[in-house]
Amino acid sequence: MTVVLDKVSKVVRGSAHIRNVSLTLTPGTINILLGPTLSGKTSLMRLLAGLDLPTSGRLLVDGVDVTGKPVRERSVAMVYQQFINYPAMTVYENIASPLRVRGLAKAEIDTKVREAAQLLRLEPYLDRLPLNLSGGQQQRTAIARALVKDAKLVLLDEPLANLDYKLREELRVELPRIFEGKGTVFVYATTEPSEALLLGGHTATLREGAITQFGPTVDVYRSPRDRETAQVFSDPPMNFADATIRSGQATGPGGVALGSGGTLQGLPDGAYQIGFRPNHVSLINRSAQLVPIKGVVGVSEITGSESFVHFECGGARWIALEPGVHDHLPGAAIDVFLDPSRFFVFDSHSQLVRAPARTASL
Amino acid sequence: MSRRVILTAYLVFLMLPIYWLINMSFKDNTEITNTMSLFPLHPTLKNYGEIFTNVTWYRGFQFSLTYVVLNTLISLAVALPAAYAFSRYRFLGDKHLFFWLLTNRMAPPAVFALPFFNLYSAVGLFDTSWAVALAHCIFNVPLAVWILEGFMSGVPREIDETAYLDGYSFPRFFVRIFIPLIANGIGVAAFFCFMFSWVELLFSRTLTNNQSISSIMTRTVSAAGIDWGLLAAAGVLTLIPGALVIWFVRDYIAKGFALGRV
Repeated sequence: MTVVLDKVSKVVRGSAHIRNVSLTLTPGTINILLGPTLSGKTSLMRLLAGLDLPTSGRLLVDGVDVTGKPVRERSVAMVYQQFINYPAMTVYENIASPLRVRGLAKAEIDTKVREAAQLLRLEPYLDRLPLNLSGGQQQRTAIARALVKDAKLVLLDEPLANLDYKLREELRVELPRIFEGKGTVFVYATTEPSEALLLGGHTATLREGAITQFGPTVDVYRSPRDRETAQVFSDPPMNFADATIRSGQATGPGGVALGSGGTLQGLPDGAYQIGFRPNHVSLINRSAQLVPIKGVVGVSEITGSESFVHFECGGARWIALEPGVHDHLPGAAIDVFLDPSRFFVFDSHSQLVRAPARTASL
Repeated sequence: MSRRVILTAYLVFLMLPIYWLINMSFKDNTEITNTMSLFPLHPTLKNYGEIFTNVTWYRGFQFSLTYVVLNTLISLAVALPAAYAFSRYRFLGDKHLFFWLLTNRMAPPAVFALPFFNLYSAVGLFDTSWAVALAHCIFNVPLAVWILEGFMSGVPREIDETAYLDGYSFPRFFVRIFIPLIANGIGVAAFFCFMFSWVELLFSRTLTNNQSISSIMTRTVSAAGIDWGLLAAAGVLTLIPGALVIWFVRDYIAKGFALGRV
């Protein structure tokens, strides 16, 4: 089954929630909707599910227009960010509920429920009420209900966002495996670029209700089509410098020399925007190719295995991500090293001109 | 210590009239009017016997219970879908309509008594339990809508959507999933409808030919004076349904007052 969104827009009380989205979702891989809060991920999910009607555009399933089809006649399952279960029913009844509605035989329901419960490790809790379970178990129940339904379209709207760190990692590994090989179109919304990369598959980056790029996750990460996509798909946020290039030499804000060579090689003269990920800004001069610049430390955040050093350079605020503990006092002068071979170069219309070569690590 | 004394004094103060009513109901009129005794000196069941054997009296209880139960059922049946609409949908004038419903409770019942009397006489509903049950709806439906709307708005909309995604039809979802979630609210609403209707005097008197128990109780003055003992026994019996209802919904009420907007 293929799900196609054809020029779909959604306007609510004069404000556009979804702007002219066209998207083709194929079964077999996981499709990720990546974007910050309020970028339209949930709105898009609701349109896909049929819970909301698009203001314009069509939704096609296997070439058939299903735009106005009632939700209950579609083959859709959805898991919300909040843990949504039927509080008055036991975990068993919760999982069995879509099967009961379909009128399956008792024995068949029992087999399917126990199968799903085993897969999601819910067996010991089948007789409990959802509200007496932990958040992770509640969300597992919701996922199990989506699973038994054997829906052709499974929508997961930030399903792990309200879970604690450990549970999130655990479920993130399990999720794609659970829905694997069912021929389902699997859509997963998240705000976290790292989650998208971990899940793989295809990613659509969303910004202000519009899709900025759709393609294999790694490709989108490596060559974001424009500045918006690069911003959405970078955590911590990508550093940007307005730069002018004269005979291969880039000059950043405040006249800071950003170096030459690397991806800047052979670019015609003009105004550009240079983007570089924080993990490609180093505090240690590792090789002769790096370009030294002077900065003033704003804040340093130390997570333990790595340090985020916010610094200012020529009026721009950038972030460096360096492995290990690097404690710099605010206001201290600091030497920072940029790597021109890792520069993303965007033109004055924010379109990608050059992306770093794929040989090196991400 | 002093807290306990104050509490005890307060409880005694509250319970004293009820105790006195029960006390009186087991005495005869001579004892009631001539001596002051904390316990019945010559306990008698004569007053209760009179109520259970005299057709006017027990018919009164039957009649009142009929219209109270009818009214509670009608009020809930009407208020459940209305409250769902107010809680889940935005429609033209929804807020005004919601407020207008409440204003019905602000008007004194006497305002409605005359038009109801005239209307029901014209359509032949006068002196039936339906007359009182329907008339009480004008107060109880808004109250029930108001209480239930609060409870329904406490249920996440996503539960409705999940049910539709699971394939539930609306009626099935409403009965199987939604109603159990707002059971406390239904209990609270039913309690308020029941109590209002049970103690209400004006309509039950105006719209019937003195059939309801509350209006029968106002007629115990005879040529021999007031029958104190009989009146007290009737009073005790009218307390029982209310007490029973409170007993059955006590858990719901406790939760209901905490969760809903009552």
